[in-house]
Formats: sequence, C-alpha cells, structure tokens
Amino acid sequence: MSEVHTTDVVIIGAGPVGLFAVFELGLLDLKAHVIDILDRPGGQCTELYPEKPIYDIPGHPVVGAQQLVDNLMMQIRPFGPTFHFSQQVETVERLEDGTFRLSTDAGTEFHTKVVVIAAGGGSFQPKRPPVPGIEAYEGSSVFYAVRKIEAFRGEDVVIVGGGDSALDWTLALQPVARRLALVHRRDDFRGAPHSVEKMRELVAAGAIDLVIGQVGELEGEGQTLAAALVKTADGTVKRVPATRMLPFFGLTMKLGPIADWGIHLHENLIAVDTEKFETSEKGIFAIGDINTYPGKLKLILSGFHEGALMAQAAKRIVDPGKRVVFQYTTSSTALQRKLGVQ
Amino acid sequence: MPKITFIPYRQEEIVVDAEIGATVMETAVRNGVPGIEAECGGACACATCHVWVDPSWYPKVGAPQPMEEDMLDFAWDVRATSRLSCQMKVTEEMDGLIVEVPERQA
Ligand SMILES: Cc1cc2nc3c(=O)[nH]c(=O)nc-3n(C[C@H](O)[C@H](O)[C@H](O)COP(=O)(O)OP(=O)(O)OC[C@H]3O[C@@H](n4cnc5c(N)ncnc54)[C@H](O)[C@@H]3O)c2cc1C
Ligand code: FES
Repeated sequence: MSEVHTTDVVIIGAGPVGLFAVFELGLLDLKAHVIDILDRPGGQCTELYPEKPIYDIPGHPVVGAQQLVDNLMMQIRPFGPTFHFSQQVETVERLEDGTFRLSTDAGTEFHTKVVVIAAGGGSFQPKRPPVPGIEAYEGSSVFYAVRKIEAFRGEDVVIVGGGDSALDWTLALQPVARRLALVHRRDDFRGAPHSVEKMRELVAAGAIDLVIGQVGELEGEGQTLAAALVKTADGTVKRVPATRMLPFFGLTMKLGPIADWGIHLHENLIAVDTEKFETSEKGIFAIGDINTYPGKLKLILSGFHEGALMAQAAKRIVDPGKRVVFQYTTSSTALQRKLGVQ
Repeated sequence: MPKITFIPYRQEEIVVDAEIGATVMETAVRNGVPGIEAECGGACACATCHVWVDPSWYPKVGAPQPMEEDMLDFAWDVRATSRLSCQMKVTEEMDGLIVEVPERQA
C-alpha cells in the first residue's frame, strides 16, 4: 500500500531555495511537503560545500554553507513542513480538476494544488566511473547502492572507493560475501577512523583483500561480470574476481525525470516568467537553479526572491478570491502569530 | 605573463597567457581548453578539472593538499603527477608549465 498525502503545495527539492519557499508559503498559510532524493536537507550547500564560507547572503557578511541550511531549517520550523527524504519524484500528472498527482520511486503519492520545482541542478545521483563497458553490467552485476544485503550473499564482491560509503559497505558485506575486495587508489582512507581501523583488522586477519590501484577494465560476458582488472601503482595489472561491483565515486547532478513532465525546457532548465516564476504549465512553478529567464543568476539570493513572488501566485491558486494583504514581519501581528513570536 | 601549455586528449597543444593569481582551471576555461569541465566552479568539490602535470614540472608545482588529495579519489586515471587544476594558482615561476588533460573527467 502506498501512502497518499493531500496538501496545498509540494516542493520538489530541499536545497536552500526549496527550504526558504516553505517560509514564504507559510506566511500565506500554505502548507508544504518537501521531497528530496538526498537523505537530508541542503542540496548543493550540504552535499558539495558544507564547510565553505558564503559571502553574498544579504545580512550575513559570511556564513558557512551548512550553517545557512541549519538556519533555514530553524527559520521554517514554525510552519511545520513535512519532509520526505531519500526519494525521487518520478511523475507529475495533472488531474481533471486542475490539481496534481505526484509519485516518488518509494511509492509515496501526493495530491496537491500547486507544485514547486526547486530541483537545482537536478537529482543527486552516484557518479558512474568511466570504465569502458561498465553500463552493460549496471543493474545486474554493478550497483551504486545496496538495497538488499542478501543480493550479495555468496558473491565475489569488489568495492571501489575510499570514503565512508565504501568502508561501511565493506564492513557490512564482508560477512555475507564469498570473498570481498576493497579497491582504492591509495593506501589512505577518508572515512571515519573507526571504520578504517575495522577494515584494517579484517585485512590483517585475511578476511578481506585490500587492493591499492584503479579499476581500468572489466571482464565478463553479457551482463555478468567476472573480474575487475586493477592497475596498481607499479604499472602491473591485478585481476580481482568480481561477480558484484560497488563503485563509490561521489555524486553528480542529473536532471532526471523532470524532462518527462511535459514542461517547456530550455537547455535542460525550466523556462519561467519573472512575475510568478510559473512554468509553461499553470500551477507548476520553478524556482532556484533549475529555472531560466532573461538575466537569470544562479545565486541563492535570486532563488529566495523567486520563492517570495511564487508564493503570492500560489496563494491565488490555492485560495482563489481571497485578498492577499501585503504585510511586514516586523509589524504585522498576524504574521508574528504564525511565526510563534510572543 | 607566464605561459601555460595545455595538451588536450589527442589534440594539438594550446599555449596561453596566464594571469598571475588566477587558477590553472580558470586559465583553461577562459581559453576554451577542451576536457576541463570544472562543474563546481573551482571549489574543490567535483574533481572534473583533473590534469596530469608534466613530470618535469611536478616538483615545482608541488603535491596536493589533503582536501585536494581526497577529492582526487573521485577523478579517473589518477597518476603520480595528478592535480586538480582549480587548486593550482598561477605564479611567476610557472612560466612554461605543461599540463596534460585526461581523456575524460569522471
Ligand atoms: C562549490 C559551490 C559554491 C557556491 N557558492 C555560492 C555562493 O557563494 N553564493 C551563492 O549564492 N550561490 C553559490 N553557489 C550556488 C548555490 O549553491 C545554488 O545556487 C543553490 O544551491 C541553488 O539552490 P536550489 O535550492 O535551487 O538547488 P540545489 O541546492 O541544487 O537543491 C536541489 C535539490 O533538489 C533535489 N532534486 C532534484 N530533482 C529531484 C527529484 N526529481 N526528486 C527529488 N529530489 C530532487 C536534489 O537532490 C537537490 O538536493 C555555489 C555552488 C557550488 C557548487
Ligand atoms: S573545479 Fe571542481 S574540483 Fe576543481
């Protein structure tokens, strides 16, 4: 059974722009559900540069990217958004009454009056290492995530990478694998020290193989992988048996299913007007890095502005005929009540 | 102005004037050197600006800092003289620098 959530607004993307949209919508009494394929909020800020300082957020001479996300989460708390993480929005369909039905790859469904696409550079997806012919094995022998540990039982597993994902799965799959080899280009790991230590213990005990080098080629037949050929630092090639391979090379952003939603795109970006930031489809808005219009700047600050204007237009769709009074948060007691100001 | 030579994969080398203080990545992008993607714009967050420094030049430009070394894990065909070009600032001493651009950025 899939869950169905009924709401005013669904925001696709929990990057800084999607998060601030919750605030602007909330001031107008619109409730939002926020969906992201990542397992936490923050989009590019959290995923690509959490430690880096940002210097062009108005009113903050300098703020760390993760700090900005934490602040936004605090700022939107009064509006109680519902988050749905680790799922990708796959379909957006318009129903006969003009409302929308959305579904995610986790089987969650939404029924909403307004859709806000704040998808940034697209969904974060695992990077595919450019090993010749790797595509043929994807889904059968090569995986970028572990869904079921059982799928690795009795297999010759090769894990490639030196970060936490590579180490965590090395430790988790070692007990079920027939044999497990961890391949990394250098004998130095970025992962959490205690995972590195545990991995080293397993290597010392002969329970797993540690191969220092880079996978250059794959050997197999059809969709069935047999071995990974690892180039080592001294130039020799080592053949590592592999019926399952898990490469962990970080994340990249891909537009993903958005292209199939019938919205007018311009060079993989969503064309919008600059009054409401509405797409070619009435009721579907696009804000932040994902949209394009004359003069567009891919800045967080621009996305915030877009969210404020979008919210006004969304309000007219959700509550048609209701007059929206322009108010300041400094002086409006109505707004302050919503924000929980005493 | 120091001159930098870029050798793109299977293409003619490109010699450009580099501005002191700019990064080698910025120099490449400004001059349209193929194969340098620089998705993250130089934040050491994507590893798509990977180059192989000519071995004779490597001692002069030096080894990567730990953060860059970590990011190199995401690059492809990393060699002994691999660097992320966004983490190399052009200096007077780099006049004549030669870097090779790999076939692909991971
Ligand atoms: C290294 C670096 C430095 C930067 N420095 C600055 C700076 O100094 N100042 C500045 O203003 N900007 C800066 N930026 C740009 C800034 O980060 C972006 O403008 C901002 O992140 C855009 O926010 P967003 O919410 O539109 O999108 P994103 O942050 O890209 O978030 C979009 C989210 O949507 C999710 N998503 C997409 N499609 C789907 C789907 N179908 N289903 C589920 N989830 C989906 C993605 O997984 C992602 O988490 C920098 C960017 C980088 C990479
Ligand atoms: S440009 Fe992204 S790491 Fe250099």
